[in-house]
Amino acid sequence: MAVLVYTESWNGSFKKASFEAVSYAAQLANKIGTEAIALTIASSDDAAQLGNYGATKVLNITNESLATFNNQAYANAIVAAAEANGADTIIISNTNNGKAIAPIIAAKRNAGLITNAIELPSSTSPLTVKRKTFSSKAFTNYSSTAAQNVISITPNALGTIENGATAQIESFDYTATSSDNRLSSVSVDRASGKISLTEADFVVSAGRGLKGPENWGMVEELAGLLGAATACSKPVSDIGWRPHSEHVGQTGIAINPELYIAIGISGAIQHLAGVNASKNIVVINTDPEAPFFKAADYGIVGDAFDVVPKLIEALKIHKANN
Amino acid sequence: MKILVCISHVPDTTSKIKFTNNQTEFDSNGITFVINPYDEFGLTRAMKIKESTGATITVVNVGAASTEPTLRKALAIGADEAVRIDADPKDGSTVARLIADYAKEQNFDLIVTGRESIDYNGGIVPGMLATYLDIPFVNACIGFELEGTNAKAVREIDGGKETLEGTLPMLIAGQKGLVEEKELRIPAMRGIMMARKKPLSVIAAGDTRVSTTVVSFELPETKAACTMIDAGNVEQLVELLHTEAKVI
Repeated sequence: MAVLVYTESWNGSFKKASFEAVSYAAQLANKIGTEAIALTIASSDDAAQLGNYGATKVLNITNESLATFNNQAYANAIVAAAEANGADTIIISNTNNGKAIAPIIAAKRNAGLITNAIELPSSTSPLTVKRKTFSSKAFTNYSSTAAQNVISITPNALGTIENGATAQIESFDYTATSSDNRLSSVSVDRASGKISLTEADFVVSAGRGLKGPENWGMVEELAGLLGAATACSKPVSDIGWRPHSEHVGQTGIAINPELYIAIGISGAIQHLAGVNASKNIVVINTDPEAPFFKAADYGIVGDAFDVVPKLIEALKIHKANN
Repeated sequence: MKILVCISHVPDTTSKIKFTNNQTEFDSNGITFVINPYDEFGLTRAMKIKESTGATITVVNVGAASTEPTLRKALAIGADEAVRIDADPKDGSTVARLIADYAKEQNFDLIVTGRESIDYNGGIVPGMLATYLDIPFVNACIGFELEGTNAKAVREIDGGKETLEGTLPMLIAGQKGLVEEKELRIPAMRGIMMARKKPLSVIAAGDTRVSTTVVSFELPETKAACTMIDAGNVEQLVELLHTEAKVI
């Protein structure tokens, strides 16, 4: 009956997406009339705070064999926790790690898997969930006919609900098997302090209009001022001005921040597909006919090299006064 | 060495998406179908392995006869043989099970897929297929090197990357980075001619039961008109983001 939610952490701290996942699980549990149980693995964060988002109980795995992420071991640990607690619905964040474990869990449990969910289920019997499809050009309502289900939810698509409660913590144990360890992690390369694009509230992105990689300084300055992640268009990553990991769009990363600022990006249909779920879109482009203006909330026709420095100054003044 | 590359047949990236039959069916009218871009990165990586080790490449698709031109294109790029599992797939788990049923008998050393298809974006098939075959699974794979049967795979993580090591068999779900965009291959006339002679076998689908079904499709709401701000008055944008959008 219960809903089990896996709360991902990074370097021991819960990711923002994990609080969204717990809030989702708690609301779904409430609809079904059951409880939401959170599962943490290798987290040193205060697990009781998950109660604030609606978890009644937190299962805590501290087994040394799961100290670093391993998709097979984590998936099996989640399956074991679901079985031990009679959970037939599992909630996961659709992060890179979440995507690497959700299908394993679904295959092991013979479960229906609905990824990229952007809303709470509109029905719990049969379980019906709206998800992003066609690279955000459309949405699809899916119904599951399976007895067990896994839902992975899009980060930033749903907020959190806080209730001030604390959850009781229980330890749960799972030890990675030799089969879990067929792949071993050699190195993790992650820029410290870098904001992950899928979870960022603000994203500043630029395209070929910037004329060359040497001109990204102002993009980074603007992003720094807003606490934003930086992104780029496909052509810019293809010519190597910026890393692939910054490419947002249909074949890159799909994002849905509170604010997306696009500088010197014309707005090809493939780019729009990856960013049109952003809640507010600002477009700065020299070409008044750029298709991106049709998808924008705010637009400035002008040269990036003129507009962006002015925007940086205006934001500095705004920050000083607020 | 035997490599299996799973090919999804999808609307090309410039497609305008429409639905029909009371928003319950995808409208393929006027749509050009292509090899799923993520799969194409994988196929190109497989071609490089083939060229350095003499591996053979089988491409597989679960689909109706209408998907055969996409498989022929994969053969023209350089795959050795194609297999079409004859079904009209409705659900990622069905596709994964059908490919697993086929691959179980074949003992592939390496299975390559895209991280997801650009139409349904489920990201379901790779991980389920690996699990049904009981082999390790590397998602969002952006680098892959082989030395004998020892593999080094790089996967994208949120805000960075992780390098993994293991021995074959395994399944990698690729994306850009596995090869660069400029390394993608456009089939030459010779390749297209040769592809006509390469084997494309059709096998009957076994268990096609589904665990999820599409209830309906929706298109995003059209945006209200964009508020234009004069380039000489950038302060107004900051003001609107503060008072109207309330994001800063």
